[in-house]
Amino acid sequence: MKWKISEHQPGRRRFMRLLGRAIVYAGAALVSVGLMGRRGLAAAIPALSTTGYDWTKHRWGFGVDATRCIGCLRCVEACKTENGVARDAHHFRTWVERYVYLKGEKKPRVDSQQDPGNITASGSEKEYRFDNRYQDAKIEKAFFVPKLCNQCEHPPCVQVCPVGATFRTPDGVVLIDHNYCIGCQYCVQACPYGVRLFNHEHGVTDKCTWCYHRITRGLKPACVEVCPTNARIFGDQNDPESPISKFIRENRTRVLKPEMGTSPNVFYVGLDKEVM
Amino acid sequence: MEALLHAARYTGYVYPNETIILWGILIVIYPYITGIVAGSFTVATFYHVFGVPRFKPVARFALLTSLAFMIFVPVPLLLHLGHPERALNVMLTPHLTSAFAAFGFFAAFYVILVMLEIWFAYREDIVAMARDRKGLLRQFYRALTLGSDEISATTRAYDAKWLKALAITGIVGAHGLHGYVGFVFGSLKSREWWGSDLMPAIFLVSAIISGISILIVLYVLTSRFRKTPIDGACMKGLAYLLWGFLIFAMVLEFLEFANIVYKGREGIDTVMALIAGPLWFGVWVLQVGGSVMAFFILTYVIWRGTQDKHLVVGVTVSAVLVLLAVLAMRWNVVIGGQELSKTMQGLLVYVPPVWGREGVLIVATIFALPFGMLWGLTRLFPPWVPNQGQLPEK
Ligand code: SF4
Ligand code: SF4
Repeated sequence: MKWKISEHQPGRRRFMRLLGRAIVYAGAALVSVGLMGRRGLAAAIPALSTTGYDWTKHRWGFGVDATRCIGCLRCVEACKTENGVARDAHHFRTWVERYVYLKGEKKPRVDSQQDPGNITASGSEKEYRFDNRYQDAKIEKAFFVPKLCNQCEHPPCVQVCPVGATFRTPDGVVLIDHNYCIGCQYCVQACPYGVRLFNHEHGVTDKCTWCYHRITRGLKPACVEVCPTNARIFGDQNDPESPISKFIRENRTRVLKPEMGTSPNVFYVGLDKEVM
Repeated sequence: MEALLHAARYTGYVYPNETIILWGILIVIYPYITGIVAGSFTVATFYHVFGVPRFKPVARFALLTSLAFMIFVPVPLLLHLGHPERALNVMLTPHLTSAFAAFGFFAAFYVILVMLEIWFAYREDIVAMARDRKGLLRQFYRALTLGSDEISATTRAYDAKWLKALAITGIVGAHGLHGYVGFVFGSLKSREWWGSDLMPAIFLVSAIISGISILIVLYVLTSRFRKTPIDGACMKGLAYLLWGFLIFAMVLEFLEFANIVYKGREGIDTVMALIAGPLWFGVWVLQVGGSVMAFFILTYVIWRGTQDKHLVVGVTVSAVLVLLAVLAMRWNVVIGGQELSKTMQGLLVYVPPVWGREGVLIVATIFALPFGMLWGLTRLFPPWVPNQGQLPEK
């Protein structure tokens, strides 16, 4: 087909107008398909409803009493088993840090179970133990700090996910839909606490869920279950008599990196200023 | 699978999950390529929008360069994804609070725009080639005329109008695309090294200088290859452009660094250790050294009014230095940010693997592909033919 281009060039203009319109319509179509997809997903998630669990009725919370932790690392062991986390020194949903202030030193020495010295002590990357490196040292102060996902009120990890694969549930837990995650690892970068890990085998991101599959069935998270000293406290913040409500009420707690504006939901007691 | 993981060496205390550095050289090359896209488009607009005649010899070539690189921008990202087959979900179900979610739309918009721009810039040539070529090629160009094969004063004016309008939109698009890449990093508060308000601006300006530089190098190389003399005025213009934006880039980068040091927030010792340790070569030798040297050479060339061969050599050397400096800058941002632990109490050292999906070989190949594409494009759309698809003679 040939157009005679007149003064007004109707052909070319029309083409441009059509093109412009096509782009707008295509965009609108994409967005609406997207929204529908989102809704479909949301409807699919409470497959949990079969267990009679209502996620609007709870507000989970986690407490850590660092003064009680003895660094036995059973929580790390339990978590790896419960959640099938890779048994190496680079993937953890939860870990424990050891802070030791030696006499005459200003800054603490910090390590966690993944430190090469500790791996030598345990005999393998699959087992967890703190070594005795400070046996003969003059120690001024020392303590352990368990770490895990803070299930932030304002989670930067959720904010940056380009497809919404990671999201915050109404009961206050940040989850990842592994069937939807594209594995871009942006969320790993965005978490200020380093709690996200990448599952290279499945090409998706992973992290602590407070054992969502357990807590929605009335069980405690695995790490809380095995902790021999009750250093890990868990419960429903909606219930004033729950362990976590009591813990928050009876202690002066603080959260990690409050300056990040994430409003964490893991409340700590017994942290020193150097804990990061 | 496990054997493929490269755990990074570290000093001090780093969070356990940080010991695998996730964003490697694939993510270094991504902003580098995007920057070249934005930069070369900028040069084209100097002719098509601002009407600076001395850029005419490279204007259409700059458009082709921009397109050739743009086509490969998504490749490093796709290769990096754990589930590339789900990549389209970013456009189907975008999560609107994510900086990444806009990528697909930005990129698609920009590709369409550059293709339209190129079409208008080449319309006369396409019409001519549809007439003169034979066989399949003829069919190809015929299809490309989109049924409008009239050339007259009216159509020329019309083409020029569209060229300009598209270039104006394009300059916003190209710069938006790259400023946005800076935002991807700058908007993260989790990393001291990234979370900076100046990051988008720095990315943008360094993008422009990398685009100008690659055009200088390619223009000089192709001119030698085609045995045509290099247009001195054009070369000079590119030198001015590079010089101006280079100063801008250096000032911005210095300001950002000064900000970090002067504010001296918690962990500043570790930041200093980072640039004295794992990053020293990239920061001091390549980025700072390269930029400063390029600046001095260009200043000398401009100040002395150097001509001919010396001009070409001086400007080309500066361009190569700038290309290296910008590549180093991308490394320093992407890798450096992850080498500085989120604990601010430890440093990691990233060593790029040679083999594998994230290895040096793949990345080098990805970077080579746009050049091949560009070669193909210049065959189909010869950018050097004078006086066609250009601004109407006044
Ligand atoms: S701790 Fe990290 S992963 Fe967990 S919710 Fe907060 S930002 Fe997200
Ligand atoms: S890795 Fe998965 S969960 Fe994380 S931001 Fe990317 S798509 Fe979202």
